[in-house]
Amino acid sequence: MSTTQLSGAEIILKALADQGVEVIFGYPGGAVLPIYDAIFQQNRIRHILVRQEGGAVHAAEGYARSTGKVGVVLVTSGPGATNAVTGLTDALMDSIPIICLTGQVPTHLIGNDAFQECDTTGITRPCTKHNYLVKDVKNLSKVLHEAFHVARSGRPGPVVVDLPKDVCMALGDYVEKENISLEKYQPRLKGDAEKIKAAVEMIASAKQPVFYCGGGVINSGPKASKLLTEFVRTTGYPCTLTLMGLGAYPASDKQFLGMLGMHGTYEANMTMHGCDVMVCVGARFDDRITGRLDAFAPNAKKIHIDIDPSSINKNVKVDIPIIGDVASVLEDMLAVWKSSKAKTNAAALARWWKQIDEWRRVDSLKFVQPKDIIKPQYVLQRLQELTRDRDTYITTEVGQHQMWAAQYLCFDEPNRWMTSGGLGTMGYGLPAAMGVQIAHPDSLVVDISGEASFLMNMQELSTIAQYRLPVKCLILNNFYMGMVRQWQELLHGGRYAESYMESLPDFVKLADTFGMVGLRTNKPGEVDDVLREMISVDRPVLVDMQIDPTENCFPMIPSGAAHNEMLLGPDDKAQKPISEEGMVLV
Amino acid sequence: MSKDEQINFHTISVLVDNESGVLARVIGLFSGRGYNIESLTVAEVDIKKALSRITIVTSGTEMIIEQIKAQLGRLVPVHRVSDLTLDGPHVGRELALVKVVGSGEKRVESLRIADIFRARAVDSTNESFVFEIVGDTGKLNAFIDLMRPLGLVDISRTGVAAIARGMASL
Repeated sequence: MSTTQLSGAEIILKALADQGVEVIFGYPGGAVLPIYDAIFQQNRIRHILVRQEGGAVHAAEGYARSTGKVGVVLVTSGPGATNAVTGLTDALMDSIPIICLTGQVPTHLIGNDAFQECDTTGITRPCTKHNYLVKDVKNLSKVLHEAFHVARSGRPGPVVVDLPKDVCMALGDYVEKENISLEKYQPRLKGDAEKIKAAVEMIASAKQPVFYCGGGVINSGPKASKLLTEFVRTTGYPCTLTLMGLGAYPASDKQFLGMLGMHGTYEANMTMHGCDVMVCVGARFDDRITGRLDAFAPNAKKIHIDIDPSSINKNVKVDIPIIGDVASVLEDMLAVWKSSKAKTNAAALARWWKQIDEWRRVDSLKFVQPKDIIKPQYVLQRLQELTRDRDTYITTEVGQHQMWAAQYLCFDEPNRWMTSGGLGTMGYGLPAAMGVQIAHPDSLVVDISGEASFLMNMQELSTIAQYRLPVKCLILNNFYMGMVRQWQELLHGGRYAESYMESLPDFVKLADTFGMVGLRTNKPGEVDDVLREMISVDRPVLVDMQIDPTENCFPMIPSGAAHNEMLLGPDDKAQKPISEEGMVLV
Repeated sequence: MSKDEQINFHTISVLVDNESGVLARVIGLFSGRGYNIESLTVAEVDIKKALSRITIVTSGTEMIIEQIKAQLGRLVPVHRVSDLTLDGPHVGRELALVKVVGSGEKRVESLRIADIFRARAVDSTNESFVFEIVGDTGKLNAFIDLMRPLGLVDISRTGVAAIARGMASL
């Protein structure tokens, strides 16, 4: 035990430093002034001042997802905490490890409707993995160290620590993290050996197999992606990834079928529909993935590897559930595969690949780039080509541009693709890109954006300017909330209620006011030049890429339809009209 | 109705840290995910370790019940979740206080029925009784139904507390 006591605020900074924190994303206010004072008086941790607390959480998410570390946020009480709620929910849905420190009014005022008071632990209870209110400085070190442990262990997630001002000012002893018991929360990492054996047998006996993998592989760490790649290649089976999983298996590999789900490739969804053994690794049978549940992979035996027991049998009943960390389970599976000298059914597999190649020939991502108007797919295809040999990180906002980015960009490694998958938060990409750029100052960081999403958090351009972050904002501007417009076209008789973007700013002038480079084009012939300049300039860039306003995102599984009922393009009519039931779905 | 859609009642015991907000977490989980709570009881059972035991009677399909247990299990302050209905025989008991107001033959009849059910009168005036009755939910329901026409005016029930039979412990 230390001889000199520290203030609560000093304990917080010491705990953060001992947990390996290098950066905090935050915004000051009355209740957190003691913590900011402590930040001012130290040099170990850097503070990044955002322009709204929502941006702080997304920036921390971008930081966490691109590094595998815990992202740290510091906001004040009341509105500071409530502004953070969207980001916390986003991090919960996408299983991103975040520590959010919120200021709180002094303990004797809690419950008094004091100025800038809100029931932070009450409000954030359903949108965090866990939360704490620290009422006594003697519990502070323990809570902070435990919070980090909870945020990063098992299925990662956001943890809020609510810090009353008097606790931050009180004197107390610091307890080292090695002296804190973390026994209370120890999720199971190792898979059941019997089940792993049974799974290996089932995988070997498959005639029409598929690996369906998601964000859990990425959360498990780079080793999990390596093991997955090794296992998939050992078997020679096809592999598809969810939106969250892109990069977990190399996109350039011949066994990769592309993304699956609502806007997934034809071959990925047809393979899922026709498979006899499905190996789900770190994915959760989300409604965007399954389509109509009663027609989902009707003939498949299913193996599900997940660290979270509540993901098992939630939407889809599986035959072999394996609870454990993806890397640990895959390592064990590979060992069993090798030691049992498992063999695949070569003849059946050849037939299966022949069928898959037929589906591939449909070329569901084909498009025609006309002379006079820019197609968004073309922009992304060119971006992919022009960044091929670069150290690139991509973030996105939410909507059509996000799906096009997922379809046309190739990710060969994990942690390179940051997108709001579960919650679908417009405004995520710009602050997330800031967080990525802070973590990787010399890399190329591109936020693929739509003009509507971009406006949701564009105050963060000021942050980008302050820290001279060379973030590239590539706006695919179609003058519509494109995905809303697409659904209105398909489901609501083309009545485009409130989905047209009126009074957009002049993005080039906007760039200028923030000291960024502003570029604009609406000519297909200029796309390459604009992208080249965007990539090569060592400054923040804002690109207003004006694209075909009526372009829709295909292929698409209409709401309430099955994997084999995809729409491949604008001329492809749904086999049956979208049912009432389907329309209700989001 | 297929087996998958059949709705059953389950009694679930949950051992939790007795800390601020833990009950809100459990209740919030049920309301947030649309699960049913038929009854819920909670009290500290280990003062030294600061542990509370929550007994929840809930209903749902097999898949929902499995989800409920998994969701409870991943709350950080939850130590153990046990499905007493699945894990073997268990005893479930509930206490009710039942107030009956009346006079004459009805009053006498209420006392007679209370005697049959081994309910105790714990308060009495010239025109009222408060009966205390302990038993399983079915017994309490039957007693309350019989008291209705005899001047029943107020009921307070604790909800079910339950424990496994035999040597097993939570």
